[in-house]
Amino acid sequence: MKLKKFLIILFVSNFFNTFVYSIEPDIFVQSTVNRASQILSENISKEEKINKLKEIAKTTVDIKGVGFYSLGSFRKNLNDSQIKIYLNLFENYFLKSFSSRLSEYTNPKIDVLGKEILNSNYTIVKSILIATPERPEVKIDWRIYTKKPDNPLIRDLIIEGLSLARTQKEEFGSILNSNDNDINVLFKTLENFSKD
Amino acid sequence: MFRKLAIAILSFSLLAFNANAGSDGNITIKTDQPKEIKDCFEKLNRATFAFNQGLDKAIIKPLAEGYRNLPDPVQRGTSNAVKNLSNLITIPNNILQGDVKLAIINTGRLVVNTTVGLLGTIDVANKMGFPKYVKEDYGQTLGAWGVGPGCYIVLPVLGPSTIRDTAGSFVNVLGGDPWYNASAHGNNEFLSKDIFIVSKTLSGVDFRANNIESLENLEKNSLDFYASVKSLYNQDRENKIKNNKRGNIEVLYKDEQDWEEIDSQ
Repeated sequence: MKLKKFLIILFVSNFFNTFVYSIEPDIFVQSTVNRASQILSENISKEEKINKLKEIAKTTVDIKGVGFYSLGSFRKNLNDSQIKIYLNLFENYFLKSFSSRLSEYTNPKIDVLGKEILNSNYTIVKSILIATPERPEVKIDWRIYTKKPDNPLIRDLIIEGLSLARTQKEEFGSILNSNDNDINVLFKTLENFSKD
Repeated sequence: MFRKLAIAILSFSLLAFNANAGSDGNITIKTDQPKEIKDCFEKLNRATFAFNQGLDKAIIKPLAEGYRNLPDPVQRGTSNAVKNLSNLITIPNNILQGDVKLAIINTGRLVVNTTVGLLGTIDVANKMGFPKYVKEDYGQTLGAWGVGPGCYIVLPVLGPSTIRDTAGSFVNVLGGDPWYNASAHGNNEFLSKDIFIVSKTLSGVDFRANNIESLENLEKNSLDFYASVKSLYNQDRENKIKNNKRGNIEVLYKDEQDWEEIDSQ
């Protein structure tokens, strides 16, 4: 009897925990782009904008996951120490590249149109970057990692059908292929990019 | 006549080469799993890419920037006119891909825009509610027929391509492009080869003008700009050949099992 009660309480408590804390991926994306958009429209220096965008990226993008994905099957060849170095270099590279790309926009308006759940780990959120007189409307799909529903994370942006993660993966693959799969060359390239 | 024959032989050679290259099973696009397209001539490609970048900086980009300073109606009119001309290649390819209905729609679009739309400068068909225009070319048709892309190549001036897409382009000058036929061989006083070249140049400048910021941004934030351009070109062609709606998530998901392996939480 006690066990039954315990299980019921456990179930109810779990149910409410999930109910209270899970964040819908489409709301997560809209909220993230609103925060970014607000920063981009603020009257602050580009440097300040970049720093604030980096903070958003740290909490909303699965930088570690994207880093592993970008290495492709090569990630299986690295030892623990190399993985540690790589993830550190990748985070610096990613944050710089990501914030630099975004900081070029001023007050972008993104509307979330809907979502499609692929499985328990992934939901695709569909959105559009509203057209301006200078550029046409742009379709952006977001691959959201939802393994932890209370902490969804962005894993990829698919802009007009072109995946940024895949582009990055092929770019890293090209660097490795051109240099006899020497991971140190990739480390050096990432380091130089972050330094510049 | 000899020139045509030479082009035909070259096209068939390229296709035959492509078929051989595709036979190792690594570069076919028929499967759901997109494999990386081989960069068989990487050193030469990188050199051509560097040459194209120099050409772009010296001539094409300044032209595109100048074009962007033209009044909006002039830019829009030019863009519409070159897009309208591309219907002449799209329509036969719609038919070759078995999409007769779309070929009829695009023929209607071409007729309306060329007449009411003042030689295509005004996109009247769009205002009348015609479906969104999607360009097709002979490279896409070959892809839709199951011909693999073959090796990736960078063409001087023209930029990224594959063996299959280059062979597809030759079809244009072998009679597949009515605009080329009428301009170069039409024997009329209104059209000439120069007009054809001007129209193709305008099409290129229009494309470059629409992508000044995005290409600058890509170059600035790339570790290897050549590899980024190659990846984006190949992704775009895959989408076009499969006639994917932009951002078709089902296909993207099926294609990327790699994501499933990564557990970062």
